[in-house]
Amino acid sequence: MSDPIIRTHGLTRDFRVRDGLRRRTVRAVDDLSVEVAAGEAVGYIGANGAGKSTTIKMLTGILVPTSGSVLTCGLRPVADRRRLAREVGVVFGQRSQLWWDLPVRESFRILAAIHDLSTEAERRRTDELVDRLEMAEFLGTPVRQLSLGQRMRAEVAAALLHSPRLIILDEPTIGLDVLSKQRLREFLVAERASHGTTLLLTTHDMGDVERLCGRVLVVDRGRLAYDGDLRGLSRTVGAERVLVVDLAASTGDLTGIPGTRHLASEANGLRQRLAFDAEATTAARVLAAVSERAEVLDLTVEEPDIEDVVRRIYASRR
Amino acid sequence: MRATVRVYWRLLVAGFRRQSAYLLAAFGGLVANTTFGLLKVAILFATVEAAGGELQGYDVALMSTYIWVSQGLLGSVNLHGGTEIAERIKTGDVAVDFLRPLDVQAASVVTEVGRSLFSLIPRGIPSVLIGALVVGMAAPASPLAYPLGALSVLLGITLSAATVYLLVAAPGFWLVETRGLQVLYMVVSGFLAGLFVPVWLFPGWLQTVAEATPFPAMLMYPVDILSGRADVTAALALLAGQAAWLAGVLLLGQALTRAGRRRLEVQGG
Repeated sequence: MSDPIIRTHGLTRDFRVRDGLRRRTVRAVDDLSVEVAAGEAVGYIGANGAGKSTTIKMLTGILVPTSGSVLTCGLRPVADRRRLAREVGVVFGQRSQLWWDLPVRESFRILAAIHDLSTEAERRRTDELVDRLEMAEFLGTPVRQLSLGQRMRAEVAAALLHSPRLIILDEPTIGLDVLSKQRLREFLVAERASHGTTLLLTTHDMGDVERLCGRVLVVDRGRLAYDGDLRGLSRTVGAERVLVVDLAASTGDLTGIPGTRHLASEANGLRQRLAFDAEATTAARVLAAVSERAEVLDLTVEEPDIEDVVRRIYASRR
Repeated sequence: MRATVRVYWRLLVAGFRRQSAYLLAAFGGLVANTTFGLLKVAILFATVEAAGGELQGYDVALMSTYIWVSQGLLGSVNLHGGTEIAERIKTGDVAVDFLRPLDVQAASVVTEVGRSLFSLIPRGIPSVLIGALVVGMAAPASPLAYPLGALSVLLGITLSAATVYLLVAAPGFWLVETRGLQVLYMVVSGFLAGLFVPVWLFPGWLQTVAEATPFPAMLMYPVDILSGRADVTAALALLAGQAAWLAGVLLLGQALTRAGRRRLEVQGG
């Protein structure tokens, strides 16, 4: 296996904050040791203020760590900032990297020059991104006149223009409507499939993690609280999945199915919700048990909510 | 090297084009420039005449050139201390600048220079034309004054951008809020650059103070060259002075950026 694309060891960052007249030290990231292999897709989740953005800023050379070490793409982020910038693409959901008063197309041209792309590479990559992110209609529009959905697409394109090996997205879907979120996720899946790009993503949206990330890191007050896949995370905290069934006829509450808990019935029992523990049983088994008692027309399985999972992890550590 | 030139050239053009988005504001600036230009004409012409038609080498025609060229440069030479990078350091948007394979100081200065160069079109040149038509002014003896003057304007603009970066923006890595510095810069720079009264009319001690700062090199020097007050030999010396100030200010700005990066605490998000 090749060297990890991200490797931190004992990474720590303190901030001095003013508390009235006194100053105190807050540890935003605490002894974080983690490795991410090239090609992985990692969701980095945690409550607000848990240290996610601070970690990202240390990975990219914006912030200097208080102690510990970090290598990104084999480079030291602070010392090799400019070399690293050619290997990494970053989107901060709250900050823009586009030129506010210029057309989108012009921002791409400047970025292509900044990253020293050849005319041919610039054209090919811009065309690819414009096509995949459906940006043709607003390429000539000044950035300040874009809708949020359009702007986020342009931001992602701007971060990916130089075909970085690693993309870091800090809350890329914040504030987007369902359709825009969906488009962005599909794009990221396609981008990773065609270029093998490594992805690190912070989010509050479970959908992002489910659709995009094979691995999840949970951070709690600066410390790593979980590292593994999403399933395992649910397992660890015992979060339940919920099977929602639409039935052909009104049916009494479906209680007493092994490994499940009946949560609710709607519309005279036409739709029922059953919580089940993925450890104790499977969706298929629950469905089979339900089918013995009623005809199932449709079903969905709801994954545990990200906030809920994080809350449970936090609770289990305190 | 060629790649580097291409990048910063692109940023310069971007700054130029960005400024072109604010044409109406530029015309507002031109109106203000002209109004204050006429005010200066009234005061400084009266001063020259009270001195018997000549004051420290300034007659009415040369004073007119000083007034209209300096008013014209006002939209381009930064004597107000405002700069986008200070705002970006305060809001934390500078994080995005650090994510680029660029020198943050150089990128900022080049962008500001691009904006300033555009401002010469709607503010600088019309201001001089208005003065020439309405009031009349002296022309330099040697045609060499024009290319040398153009170079001097470019150096003055760049020096002002680099000085604002050094004195107003870079301290933001420590202070975060730099509005006080900006106001201080505005008050001191305009005066010492010779915006209100030519530096050569200052009392001797004040001239010495002014010459110990980069401010006269931003405005007074290019005005002296373009107005013909400085002959070609003197112009070359002034250009050398500008280049020396620019090199010093850029080096200090670079050092401060390096030190400041370690202090940077990106605000929010």
